[in-house]
Amino acid sequence: MSIDRALAGTGTWLDDRLHGARGFRWLLRKVFPDHWSFLLGEVVLYSFIILLLTGTLLTFWFQPSMTSVIYHGSYVPLRGVRMSEAYASTLNISFDVRGGLLIRQIHHWAADLFMAGIFAHMIRIFFTGAYRKPREINWLIGITLLTLGLFEGLFGYSLPDDLLSGAGLRILEGVTQSFPIVGTYLAYFLFGGPFPGHVIIPRLYIIHVLLVPALLLALITAHLFLMFYQKHTQMPGKGRTNQNVVGAPAFPYFAAKTGAFFFFVFAVLTIAATFVQINPIWLYGPYNPVAMSAGSQPDFYMGVLEGALRVMPAWQWVFFGHTFAFNVFVPALLPLGIVFGGAALWPFLEQWITGDKREHHLNDRPRNAPTRTAIGISVITFYGILWAEGANDIIAVHLDIPLYWTTWGARVGIFVGPAIAYWLTKRICLGLQRKDNHLIEHGVESGIIRQMPGGEFIEETRPVDDDKLAVLLSRAQVPALPSAETGKPEVPPSGMRGGLGRVRERWYKVLTEAAPLPTPHNGHGDGHGNGHAVEGNGHDRPAIGSGTSAHDEDQH
Amino acid sequence: MSNSNPSGDSGDTAWQEYLTGGSRGAHGQSAGHQADPSASASTSSGEPEGPSAPRRVIGTPSPATSRTMLPQAGHHGPQRPPRELPPGPEDPIKAKKAERIVATLFILAFLAGLGFIASYEIFGAGSLTKVLRSNLALGGTLSLSLLALAAGATIWVRNVMPTVELTEQRHLLASDPKDKEEFKETWEEGTDASQFVKRPILRRTLIAATIPLGVAPIILLRDTGPLPGKSLEHTVWRNGLRLLVYGTNRPITPAEFASPGSIISVVPEGFQNDDDALAKAATVIIKFRPGQMVFTTENHPVPNKVVENWTVENIVAYSKICTHVGCPAALYEQTTHHILCPCHQSTFDAAQGARVLFGPATRPLPQLPIGVDSQGFLIATGDFPVPVGPSYWERS
Repeated sequence: MSIDRALAGTGTWLDDRLHGARGFRWLLRKVFPDHWSFLLGEVVLYSFIILLLTGTLLTFWFQPSMTSVIYHGSYVPLRGVRMSEAYASTLNISFDVRGGLLIRQIHHWAADLFMAGIFAHMIRIFFTGAYRKPREINWLIGITLLTLGLFEGLFGYSLPDDLLSGAGLRILEGVTQSFPIVGTYLAYFLFGGPFPGHVIIPRLYIIHVLLVPALLLALITAHLFLMFYQKHTQMPGKGRTNQNVVGAPAFPYFAAKTGAFFFFVFAVLTIAATFVQINPIWLYGPYNPVAMSAGSQPDFYMGVLEGALRVMPAWQWVFFGHTFAFNVFVPALLPLGIVFGGAALWPFLEQWITGDKREHHLNDRPRNAPTRTAIGISVITFYGILWAEGANDIIAVHLDIPLYWTTWGARVGIFVGPAIAYWLTKRICLGLQRKDNHLIEHGVESGIIRQMPGGEFIEETRPVDDDKLAVLLSRAQVPALPSAETGKPEVPPSGMRGGLGRVRERWYKVLTEAAPLPTPHNGHGDGHGNGHAVEGNGHDRPAIGSGTSAHDEDQH
Repeated sequence: MSNSNPSGDSGDTAWQEYLTGGSRGAHGQSAGHQADPSASASTSSGEPEGPSAPRRVIGTPSPATSRTMLPQAGHHGPQRPPRELPPGPEDPIKAKKAERIVATLFILAFLAGLGFIASYEIFGAGSLTKVLRSNLALGGTLSLSLLALAAGATIWVRNVMPTVELTEQRHLLASDPKDKEEFKETWEEGTDASQFVKRPILRRTLIAATIPLGVAPIILLRDTGPLPGKSLEHTVWRNGLRLLVYGTNRPITPAEFASPGSIISVVPEGFQNDDDALAKAATVIIKFRPGQMVFTTENHPVPNKVVENWTVENIVAYSKICTHVGCPAALYEQTTHHILCPCHQSTFDAAQGARVLFGPATRPLPQLPIGVDSQGFLIATGDFPVPVGPSYWERS
């Protein structure tokens, strides 16, 4: 009881000053829903915390300086070599600071996991429709976090001033220089004059350790606060509706689980840092503008930009005495502009097309939004092809195919691939919907063949169990557009008029394409239904199930 | 209309019902399978529950004389709300077994943590082998400790704590119209009192006052670097400057560079350690067999041709800085005499004035005019005729 008494004492002391008992009691019982995919965001959060911890340690030894020094440290192959202080201090961290290499490698792995986690988390949010009202703000914050993460990563791995990262900065300079009108000015301001100059490393350093982390921290805090305040979405299931949250209370369950998960993430990063070498800058050598090694690859999250630069044909023209370097600034801005800009606009576009202004707290299964899922897979294909093209030289060498074929493949692939992916995904989703319908309407095949008194053979089926049925029945009724409601298409209501209205109507048809909702044989809907067919989804699904017990059919 | 709405206007009805919050919100409230069934009535959030938690006007003193965080002394009075979480695990034998495993894992984490501290002392740093061992020992012990902690905590939650599933109600996020109306009134009272709307001269001058201050930080960024001016058009190469072999920094004669198909990187004498100069002046020289190069006799660059007067004994010099985004175009294929940039695979034909064969680069690598000085060493006879490196706006 002494722990209890100590806690009670502390609690009383705090409460006398802060008045927290009621608020914190509520906090202890806050319900968190559970699903494996909800851990993806936690991966990102915990990677970020580990990045802050390891990054702080690294700053104690790292020297963000481009002053030339001759190396005299423990790494023998580079002794006597001229290099920047930044590079020399990174060697020092790796070879002369105990545990320095481990911290450096954890930091680098954590950065990769941070970015990979953001991508995975974002994909989860998109495919389950968790960005829908009221969570659009958090979706936009997420896209901002992803963009900041890209810059944070690029600036971070540029700091050691090794040959590989120096090449990355050179590309950054070349790309900046290509922008119309302001390009050369921007490049000269960024680098403090001609490349490489003596200021870029200190500047990137302060951006990397202060400016961007502060923004990331603020936005992550806002992101988590909104998630907390609006309550987490949940996957469809028995007893889960749009108006409740089913799960475990924050104290002690969620707190203990998420604490354990933090240690898991940390352990995985430590294992990677212990056994898998990452960014061995001592092998690359110090930066030198004359040298470059073959097969240079950036970290994976920059791969798509690299691929875009490689895939672009050599289009460049001089108009009015000025060079328009389409071959550089178009691939630098367009593909990510399409993907990120499109992602940012999508929730609002979807709302406008479908007219769906409802709050959504119950996630979609990806198959239940076939067009959205198809668009998502299509974008991933587009992004993936560009990303792979970023390593086309490696692919060409390992698969023993001519280098230029890979580039031509990507040039065609970024148009054909997404189209095929769209079509294929949509067919698969609609097929899965029909399969679900079959399960709802006819139950699960049991493999037992029975002969009827009339001699007819039938296969027995058993009804889907309640938990599964609730998931199957989660497909939502798609609300109609206002034009359909009036029933007088010759006088369309406002919002449906003109060219824009027609576009909206056409897109609506594409976006809401779905298999017919399951139709439990209506002749049997005879009042023995107990409503469980509709229990899983509350207000999303008014059209069926009223009084019809869907899965009893086969027992008649 | 989509075929997914087979039942006429029922979707519409639901729509209305949904928007108004509906009358069917009484689902849920099912406490978990294992949880105490009597708990299901009181699972909503921190709202005051029933008569035992009287509403208190904000600002008045609490009815409780003394408060602690402990439930038995809570101000719910004698009628304590029913338990929501069961006090212990459903299977005490299983829990006991799990308890032993968890404790073992925590001891393991403790020992591995000690091992980490010991490793820090035992394995030093300062050489490749030491760092290798130290990294393995530190990383191994840290990984083990973290993993054991994570596994222990997970088993604790799953097998020692009783299984619980609670249901909490959600409420529409939009405020009800009365609250919105009240907010609007309060806001308008504020704006009225501030006179912001009524006195446009105040409003406009205030906005005007802040604009220069908003721009000021951007103005201050101006001195982060000089303006480019004409600096991108030139490199440090000029007539008489020797070509030094990159790496050894020694001058070279055509006789020393006699085997056809060779390529070496050269830097301008006096600028060997000047990275700013080298970033534009890095050059390669390539030796050809007689007759391999496609020459022009003009004294200025001609598309797809090598300026013959700018070569020495079938040695031609090209800028090493790729015209795409500025990587050093470092790869050379002897048999096809192609120069390849390893960054984005722009390919140039060295025999034809470094014209672009493939890839995103649009312009050939500029040719550097070279000759020999009185001592027979290779020298530049001038700067590149056109700007080297990536394209930029001012370049015509």
